[in-house]
Amino acid sequence: MEEALSLVTATLAATLRVATPLVLCAMGGLFSEKSGILDVGLEGKMLMAAFFAAATASLTGSAWMGVGAAILAAEVLALLHGFACITHRGNQVVSGIAINILAMGLTVVLGAAWFGRGGQTPPLTGTERLNPIFFPVAGDNILVYGALLAVPFTWWLIARTRFGLRLRAVGEVPLAVDAAGISVSWLRYRAVLLCGLFAGLAGAYLSIAQNAGFSRDMTAGQGFIALAAIIFGRWRPVPAFGACLAFGLLDAIAIRLQGVRLPGVGEVPVQLIQAMPYLLTLFLLAGFIGRTVAPKAAGVPYEKEP
Amino acid sequence: MQELTADAAIELRGIDKSFGSVHAVRGVSVRIERGSITGIVGENGAGKSTLMSILYGLYRADAGEILVDGRPVEMASPRDAIGHGIGMVHQHFMLVDSFTVLENLVLGAEGGALLARGLAAARTELARLARDYGLTVDPDARVADLSVGEQQRVEILKVLLRGARILILDEPSAVLTPQETDRLLQILRVLRDRGVTVVLITHKLREILAVTEKVIVMRRGEVVAERRTADTNAEDLAELMVGRKVRFDLDKAPARKGETLLAARHLSLVDGRGVRLLDDISLEVKAGEIVGIAGVSGNGQTELLQVLSGIRPPSGGEFEACGRKVDATHPVDPAEMRDLGVAHVPEDRLRQGLVPAFLASETSILGYQDREPFCHNYILDGPAVGKYCADLMERFDVRPRTPGLLSSSFSGGNQQKLILAREMARDPKVLLVGQPTRGVDIGAIEFIRRELVRSRDAGCAVLVVSVELEEILSLADRILVMFAGRIVGEVAAGQADERTLGLMMAGARAA
Repeated sequence: MEEALSLVTATLAATLRVATPLVLCAMGGLFSEKSGILDVGLEGKMLMAAFFAAATASLTGSAWMGVGAAILAAEVLALLHGFACITHRGNQVVSGIAINILAMGLTVVLGAAWFGRGGQTPPLTGTERLNPIFFPVAGDNILVYGALLAVPFTWWLIARTRFGLRLRAVGEVPLAVDAAGISVSWLRYRAVLLCGLFAGLAGAYLSIAQNAGFSRDMTAGQGFIALAAIIFGRWRPVPAFGACLAFGLLDAIAIRLQGVRLPGVGEVPVQLIQAMPYLLTLFLLAGFIGRTVAPKAAGVPYEKEP
Repeated sequence: MQELTADAAIELRGIDKSFGSVHAVRGVSVRIERGSITGIVGENGAGKSTLMSILYGLYRADAGEILVDGRPVEMASPRDAIGHGIGMVHQHFMLVDSFTVLENLVLGAEGGALLARGLAAARTELARLARDYGLTVDPDARVADLSVGEQQRVEILKVLLRGARILILDEPSAVLTPQETDRLLQILRVLRDRGVTVVLITHKLREILAVTEKVIVMRRGEVVAERRTADTNAEDLAELMVGRKVRFDLDKAPARKGETLLAARHLSLVDGRGVRLLDDISLEVKAGEIVGIAGVSGNGQTELLQVLSGIRPPSGGEFEACGRKVDATHPVDPAEMRDLGVAHVPEDRLRQGLVPAFLASETSILGYQDREPFCHNYILDGPAVGKYCADLMERFDVRPRTPGLLSSSFSGGNQQKLILAREMARDPKVLLVGQPTRGVDIGAIEFIRRELVRSRDAGCAVLVVSVELEEILSLADRILVMFAGRIVGEVAAGQADERTLGLMMAGARAA
């Protein structure tokens, strides 16, 4: 009995640990997408943030400096995305993909040049990492709590504030916002910057909280899973949070199941288990998202008539 | 001159604006009197919308000044205009569909970083406006669920809520039924009586004559006349707009009907989501008559034309055109319809009528490109096509007469004339026409309508779909009214009036 209980709590803790970067990333992406700027580049922003967090923490010895560097790195990419998509009305998907490719390449090149460890940063210890606060085993570092707070915060900001109202409007009918005398560009830039902030925190979590250092491609598609969570959640913060938890739970179960012999099935191949979140993404995307509820102007650059 | 002594709410002096090589507004000076309704009329491209956009701060004038209440002001953005008490109701509504009425109303004037207080204040204010002006709308309804007329009321409320004392309406009746239009005009009168200054931009002379005190007529970027409404009439205004005499009444001999060339029986069309777009449509068009289909846009007219021209197969029922039976199991394609003698002038000119990037000469044979003399052994004969196009242009008065020009370089009216020429040149037996004069200037409207009547008199069965009631009334020998995918009434042209048709169009009455 006690064993079962501890198994459940351990799984739940693991769920939360795995879901944290997804939640942070999804909340960031929500801001961007609600404003009408698609963000395929979440993955790249997170990866870049993870690298700079670990690199800075390793060089300065301070985890907090790492967090700051992570946010800064993600914001630079966010501004780049904004510059391409808002100021120059470029294609948002192309810009996002470019950011992902840039991040993938740059982190490895800089890592190799600065640390010479095949793209990895030196292992982090002690204060170079964000450590658990109450339960050392559970890994409840500050960013886990941050992610939990990010959800009600995002909901409140979008549903209850002037900024949120304008944000929702600009993603649906930017012309209406413009006609009301509000700057479409500035509103979208703020959304993109918020997105950068959250993606930065998510990246920092990966390299200096959950793990002890950066390794190449360590985001492993989590930015895309966060994007999928936004879609499952139909661009609403709380359901998107639920989707992140579901992915987290699946991952946690997958880790538990490794090497376990199931009656009648035998040992489940590790590869299959690891593929589960991605299979679920495909399955849900294909089956569950019938009618689109995406912000109407998402992906469409705003242009005034002549 | 009484105009000069009247108190001016707005004065524009020497406003000038060019877009590239297009000189849109040329040194325009106008005065808008306080507490009055002023109409601005003109053809498409006469510069009236540009002028108002300058007043509202959407564009910057190249030269000239704007005076509000006698004081010169800068209009760098709509924000400035709103600050000076000017509000604009755009032709295309600037509403967020997924928002409630209240949320739309406060957008841009939320009254603080948190919404709760602003929403409550707007609710109180809305109740006051409803009382004062009779403008009632449910504040908690989602805009997507409102009728077009109600959405327009939200737009007007939005402007009034910002404290506007000067209201500019750009083609406000373009999307309204006649009843909704009457309601709108009534609202405008109430607003005027409460001291609001109203500027009405429209090309519908009926509204101008019904509601304004003064009319400003624009042509080619200039003000060509100002009239007291009481001293003018529709013919006079139309002549001023076009610059020459315009005849509104179509000389039309009674129809000499022949055999039935197009007959539909219980046609229906259901889309992929199960929505019934056409429901039990039965109609007949005989040789030598024009049948008009009236209705507010989006009630199945588009789909009806698509089915009858062979673009979409029907889901149920059948129709027969020139002896060919078509139903769900025996579909037809547009090329075969053309071979049968069924010509189609689609309502969406730029998407279905022509390819904007093609030359005019190419547009003039689109759909007929594989026939002699345009094509021999799969190879287009350019000179022959060019000559053919030049002939058509001459016959249908397409200007400029340059077959080598891109289709997109022609004005809407001339594009439409070219398409009409293409379809009518082959003496079709059945002619399907969607929105024959949408976005076409008055001079071309006159020409196009006369050509349609000529085609009828030559023995063609003509089916005209139009959202302009006045057009249906002047063209059709018989009128069918569509509402929600059904034909809800039929009226002979002689017995039709706008009011009865309007009620049917709103689904209020079946004849």
